[in-house]
Amino acid sequence: MTTKQILSGNEAIALGAYLAGATVASAYPGTPSSEILPAFFRFGGPHAEWATNEKVAYEVACGASYEGARAFAAMKHVGLNVAADPFFSSSYTGVSGGLVVVSTDDTGIYSSQNEQDNRHFARAAKVPLLDPSDSQECMEFMRIAFEVSEQFDTPVLLRTSTRISHGKGVVEYDPGSRVPVSVKGFQVDINKYVLLPAMARRRHVVVEERARKLQEYGEDSPLNRIEWGDRRLGVIASGISYQHAREALPEASFLKLGLSWPLPRRLVETFVKGVEKVVFIEEADPFLESEVKMMGLDVGSDRFIGKEAFTLLGEYSAGMIREALAKYPELGVTYEKPAAYRTSERLPDRPPVLCPGCSHRGVFYTLNRLKAVVYGDIGCYTLGVLPPLSAEHTCLCMGASITTNIGGEKAAGFAAQADTRPRVSVIGDSTFLHGGIVGLVHAAYNQTNTKILILDNRTTAMTGHQDHAATGKTLMGEPRKPVDFVKLAQACGVDDVKLLDPFDLRTFYREVKASLERPGPSVIVASYPCVFVDPRVKGRQPIFIEPEKCNNCGVCLRFGCPGVYRQDDKAVIEAAVCNGCAMCVQFCPTDAAGTQKAAKEAAGQSEGGL
Amino acid sequence: MGGESFDGALDRVTNFLVAGVGGQGALLASDIIADVALEASLDVKKSEIHGMAQRAGSVFSHVRWGKKVYAPVFDEGEADYLLVFEVLEALRWQPTLKKGGVAIVNRQKIFPVAVANGAQAYPDEGVLQAEFAAAGQRLVVLDAEKIAQEVGNIRVANSVLVGVLSKFLDLPADIWRDVLARRVPPRALNENLTAFERGRELVE
Ligand SMILES: Cc1ncc(C[n+]2csc(CCOP(=O)(O)OP(=O)(O)O)c2C)c(N)n1
Repeated sequence: MTTKQILSGNEAIALGAYLAGATVASAYPGTPSSEILPAFFRFGGPHAEWATNEKVAYEVACGASYEGARAFAAMKHVGLNVAADPFFSSSYTGVSGGLVVVSTDDTGIYSSQNEQDNRHFARAAKVPLLDPSDSQECMEFMRIAFEVSEQFDTPVLLRTSTRISHGKGVVEYDPGSRVPVSVKGFQVDINKYVLLPAMARRRHVVVEERARKLQEYGEDSPLNRIEWGDRRLGVIASGISYQHAREALPEASFLKLGLSWPLPRRLVETFVKGVEKVVFIEEADPFLESEVKMMGLDVGSDRFIGKEAFTLLGEYSAGMIREALAKYPELGVTYEKPAAYRTSERLPDRPPVLCPGCSHRGVFYTLNRLKAVVYGDIGCYTLGVLPPLSAEHTCLCMGASITTNIGGEKAAGFAAQADTRPRVSVIGDSTFLHGGIVGLVHAAYNQTNTKILILDNRTTAMTGHQDHAATGKTLMGEPRKPVDFVKLAQACGVDDVKLLDPFDLRTFYREVKASLERPGPSVIVASYPCVFVDPRVKGRQPIFIEPEKCNNCGVCLRFGCPGVYRQDDKAVIEAAVCNGCAMCVQFCPTDAAGTQKAAKEAAGQSEGGL
Repeated sequence: MGGESFDGALDRVTNFLVAGVGGQGALLASDIIADVALEASLDVKKSEIHGMAQRAGSVFSHVRWGKKVYAPVFDEGEADYLLVFEVLEALRWQPTLKKGGVAIVNRQKIFPVAVANGAQAYPDEGVLQAEFAAAGQRLVVLDAEKIAQEVGNIRVANSVLVGVLSKFLDLPADIWRDVLARRVPPRALNENLTAFERGRELVE
């Protein structure tokens, strides 16, 4: 009996893993991949956990596979950079239980630091690449991925993009079709699992042989298919690009690839020779195009249309595909841009902002006052770059705030003209655990002059409030002993360690300034929970500014809080937005602020209305 | 009233754009539209982008339904319906709406930081009326929060807006009611259904 449900690509991946009998799942959050693990746990997956970073996640899954369990790791595209080391070498060891790594590209850069195309990873590590094009395929391909992994003794890379992971569609499946969980136990095989050079050389032979077999498998695998249509135009596509292309060119012939590496040579040849023109429609890099062209098929190169017609940047759409192909009269594609009416008024932007009540705000307010060069990192706190806080000056990759500061500060010491601006590293708690600890050890041992602020808001906020090793709770809800940042820093060899409340702005400023004046490494843990994770913080009363007392000095507007604005020469707080943190009124020279509740009581009103 | 027949809904793909500010419930509304399609045995795809910040950023969602849907998104000028929870966002998303399309806009204003600190001005409602008229699009503006308050629960504003939209689509209203019943907490069901009817009554 099948059932139909609307699922996101991420949920469908989790469902596919569950139905495939996956046992151990590990992930580090990252948009657009973060929903996969919680969904796997909700569907009934036996074990799901947040890893400290992606390398950890991948290795946990890899170990589970060595024991014979089906296992997977999930991460955003740049997460695979972090996990690249075990990923590449696990291609050599192969697997015992099926091993799948799900990696989600962020084409269009909706919430990432770059737009890399992770299909290259599959080719570079010689691992099969599955490329689903909607939620239904996410579920099906995930199941097939485990089978392919076991059949060919290889890890499998299942790659999505934002529109696949966060897109939703109808998924039809049979809830009774779950493969039972089975764990064979570890079989000693040093020639396979111990990658000493002598073994690795032999394993490399196996890897190349496997790639040939996978190519053969792709020839008539259900993952790949030809959809013959009008033979004047043949499209080669995979993933989300297939859907855009199908929408744009309903009459065309298609080679729809689900196994996008390695490519099936005979199938490609049949298709290419069966149509007059071949168009590669693929977002991001010319991956399929280069693979097909490298086959050296016996057809003229003028049969191909590829990236010369399409952009390397951002997302595609049906309209942009038609527009691009309308330039080739022989294809018979026309395009008329739909009329789009746009106001001539200049509309105010709505850029992302730190939430009302966010504990990061005071840190950046302080660093702004101290005119520091701020080596930043990745998280909600990267928004400290925006005016009026304007106190974050780099953001490279997770953990780099500490290490780039180490190098930066060293180099600055050789500058011809002394640069006396203080340098500070700002790093979130989850990011610190992910990639900051090694930098801290380096700074401590080498006694570099590195000032580190750990913004401990007790959650991985930016990606949707996942737990981490310092929150005291696991993904499956079990209580745990949280990492103590102060003790950790001391154990690494830093003596100058302070635990501070970032809402106590006067003390915070004083202490940060003092630490900048002392030589050597220092760690300040700015500790206060995110408004989303602590009910006490959530339930605060909004602040109310008494208009009679406000002298319009603007001090409360310097914090860049979306809850405060100026109206008729007075500062006003929007009660519906205000979280009552009272940071903005700490320096109010006329003491014009009270809580909404106090203000109402003073006016003799009762609570509860709106 | 506008809208095609039930059969018409099957024949071609209908495009919806749902937009608002983080925390307003726009994504939930788009989930309801998608559920209605499934309930009506249509194919449906949906795609959403959440703002990077957790609160107060723009959020939007594309929903497409029909006999067979390929791409989860559509281009500018291709939306049949715009369902927007906030006035400024309605103007921002107007280019996605086709000529002759219908915009359903909640009369709420949420000031972005640039407006709050006086750097930029918030457009007034006259602009909204004038621009949708100039584009040859139908505009329904309503104060969903006020209606929700009258119903007795500020949190059912979403159902008012969904009610308005439902009136333009000739699917049986019971499909919408069934989906609402599954999506909202049971103790708030009656208030949600009343809110839904109040929305429907706004369109004659
Ligand atoms: C290698 C890598 N993995 C994951 C991400 C996604 N990501 C961006 S910020 C972040 C964590 C933010 O948490 P935290 O450091 O606690 O800061 P907060 O958002 O709570 O302020 C994550 C996981 C990334 N950008 N790069």
